Parts: sequence; C-alpha cells; structure tokens
Amino acid sequence: MKAIIWGARGSLPVALTHKQIRAKLVTALEGAIGRGLDNSDKIAHYVDHELGFDVRGTFGGHSSCVEVQAWDQATTTEHVILDMGSGLRPLGGSKMARYGPAKPQTYHIFMSHLHWDHIMGFPFFTPAYIPGNRIIIHGCHEQLETALRRQQEPISFPVSFDQLGATIEFRHMTPGQPIEINGLKVTAKLQLHAGDSYGYRLEHGGQTLIYSTDSEHKLDNEAERQAFVDFFREADLVIFDAMYSLADAISVKADWGHSSNVVGVELCQLARARRLCLFHHEPIYDDAQIARVLAETRRYAEITGEAPLDVVAAYDGMEVDLTPP
Amino acid sequence: MDLQPLAVPGAIVLCPEGRIDHTHADSFKTALDSHLGACTAGGPLLVLDFARVSYISSIGLRALMLAVKQVKAQGGRMVLAGLSPLVLEVFKISRFDMLFQIFADREAALAGLAAA
Repeated sequence: MKAIIWGARGSLPVALTHKQIRAKLVTALEGAIGRGLDNSDKIAHYVDHELGFDVRGTFGGHSSCVEVQAWDQATTTEHVILDMGSGLRPLGGSKMARYGPAKPQTYHIFMSHLHWDHIMGFPFFTPAYIPGNRIIIHGCHEQLETALRRQQEPISFPVSFDQLGATIEFRHMTPGQPIEINGLKVTAKLQLHAGDSYGYRLEHGGQTLIYSTDSEHKLDNEAERQAFVDFFREADLVIFDAMYSLADAISVKADWGHSSNVVGVELCQLARARRLCLFHHEPIYDDAQIARVLAETRRYAEITGEAPLDVVAAYDGMEVDLTPP
Repeated sequence: MDLQPLAVPGAIVLCPEGRIDHTHADSFKTALDSHLGACTAGGPLLVLDFARVSYISSIGLRALMLAVKQVKAQGGRMVLAGLSPLVLEVFKISRFDMLFQIFADREAALAGLAAA
C-alpha cells in the first residue's frame, strides 16, 4: 500500500503569505553565500540537501484528504480516499489528468466525520461531475448524505448535488464490523470528537494503515487507551491527529476534539506501530513551527525508551510507501 | 509511590523517583493528592524535587497539571525542581515548561520560595 497526502492541514486550509515566501528566499540566499553555487547541479544539491524542508518547501495548506493506493495502479479502476477536505480538489485533478472523462473510475471515500474542513473539497472534485464515474461514500454517520447535499444548496454553492453527473452512493458502516473491497479490509472505530468521528484501519497484502484524525484522547481513560492500542496494533503507518501540544490538548484546549504529538508517540509505541505520521497540523503554525514539532517528536520517541518508531510530518504531496524496508 | 515528604520551614518537599508513566502514574497521583489539601494561601509551599525521576509520560504530566490547578485554586503555590536534562526535555516538548515554575534544584526552589 501507499499513502498520498493531499491535505495535511487541520481545521482550515491555509496559504503561504508573501512575507513567509520572502523569508524563505532570504534564508536560502543567505545560506548560499560563499558556497560557490555557480551551476545548476550545485544549486540543486544545496536546495535538496542543505536546506531544511521548512525552507525549501512547505507542509502545505489543504485540509484533510489522503489517497490510499492498495491495488495495482497500472490496471485498477478503483481508488480509495480518506476524507474530502480541500485536498480533494487537486486529487481529482490528478485523476482527471490520468484517466480523462472517457475512462470511468470508481472512488471509495471513507469519512472520518462531517465537519466542514473534511467535506469542503467535494463540490470541487471534478470526477463527481463526469457521467460514468461512480463514487461510493462510506461512513458511520447517519447524516452522510445530508451533510453533502446541504453544502451544495443554493445559499452556499451554485451547483446543486443533483446536478453532479457521477453515480453517487452512500454506504453506512458500523464500528468494529469490517468491510472488504477487492481484498482491502476496512474497520472503523469510534473516536472522541464533537458529533463523533471515526478512525479507520485499512489492511491489505499484510500491510496496515491507520487513519485517526480529529480524535481526542482522555489520558485518564485506561480502557480507551487500550482500545486505541489494539486498533493501532502493529500498524505500518499511523496517520495521527497531532494538532496541539500536550499541554494545550489537556488544559486550555481540552474538549476541543484533538490530540498531540506526545500522545501519538505513546500510543504508537505501545501498539508497536512502525511509523507515525503527524497530521491535521494546527493552521496557525508556520512551516518552521511544524518542523520544530517534528524534530521534537522524533526526540520524544527516543526519550521514552520504548519500541523504535519512525516519525514523519505530513505535507501536501507526500507519498509514504508501506512496504517494509 | 512513596514521595518521601520532608517538612522544612515554610515548605513541604516531595521526592518521587523512577519512571512516572502509565504503569506508575496512578500511584504517583494518589500519593501527590494527599499533600495538596494543606497547600493553601498562607500554608506550606510545595516543592516537587524531581532529581530522581528518570522519565515522565503524558499521564504523569496530567497528574501534575491537575495538582497545580488545585493548588492555585486554593491560593497555594507548587513548584518543580531538579529535573534531569532528559525530563526537562519532556517538559519542553510537551510545552509543560510553560505551565510550571521550574528551578534548577531543591535549594534554588526553596531560596526562590523564601524570596517570594
């Protein structure tokens, strides 16, 4: 399996400002002084290997959307998507560029929940406008269809849900009762979030991916901690809501429905997961702050003295191959 | 967990030791809670000497947060001292260093309290 992050940001899409881009340029150019970067190869090496990701790139601004490639991409006509944040728009664009309107595709979309930042990409998902495409929206919320129809009512959007050309189906899931699609097993788990959210465990070909966003963890709830450890058990990749610091998550932002990098490390290590992907980045954090959180999280994974854990921070365009090294 | 309470003029010093993780956090919290009631305005000041704590996890940090919240509500004062470099790192990573007054060692904490 492979995971592709199309939207890594939490709560609200963000864009780099001109001041932030200028600051990156200044940092990069100052760092280049005296390095004799007088040809393209030297410049490329400097950019790719000497500059931090927070300077040479950006963690990105789209809200939650992840593509999971479980099947042979050369032959499959079916695709798996987790959440429909604003990252769904570029995802749809890439599929249109590859398949065009003449090759009908099927999209299986699993919804963590129906808050705005997780559904806002759907009206901009071009494949939904193409007759012949099939979109199957899976989730545990009773209001799946209502939420998507409502955001395309005239007061909010000029194209109604009924004008979409694709065939759109809704499939209700029950937590703890796995479904199977072409050998891909998907199991949902209830999470703590306003209006409820659901995490997903995806298993295929001996590999396991966990998608657990918009999920608050109450530290005094031992039964729930164990339930999440079981849910994360031996996963190859855990995409985890690490929006806040631990201090914020359990004090001023308690009951806001999100978690921290520290709890992500602890749950993954207890579960003996292989890799933690920090996800749903706080929208007020700039790239330098997210890079700092990533470095600190890697250090925390060492400090605990528990099982080794690889830690990455999600960015728009990131690809994570779950194949063991 | 035995916190080895030590009464000094105007303060109580508690000395937890070992790992305060999900295995030991409950006993740490229970032991700590028994000392909080006396920590009021005009009462003894509470110093947690962490010199012999080797690691603290999220659940241990939560116990500290609840304790300082109670102490502040009572008008009392609670500080930390003697964090090893590794434990101090945990406080910084979790941003708990912003929630507590942290002294280099017990002596500095008591001197600071005397000056307060």
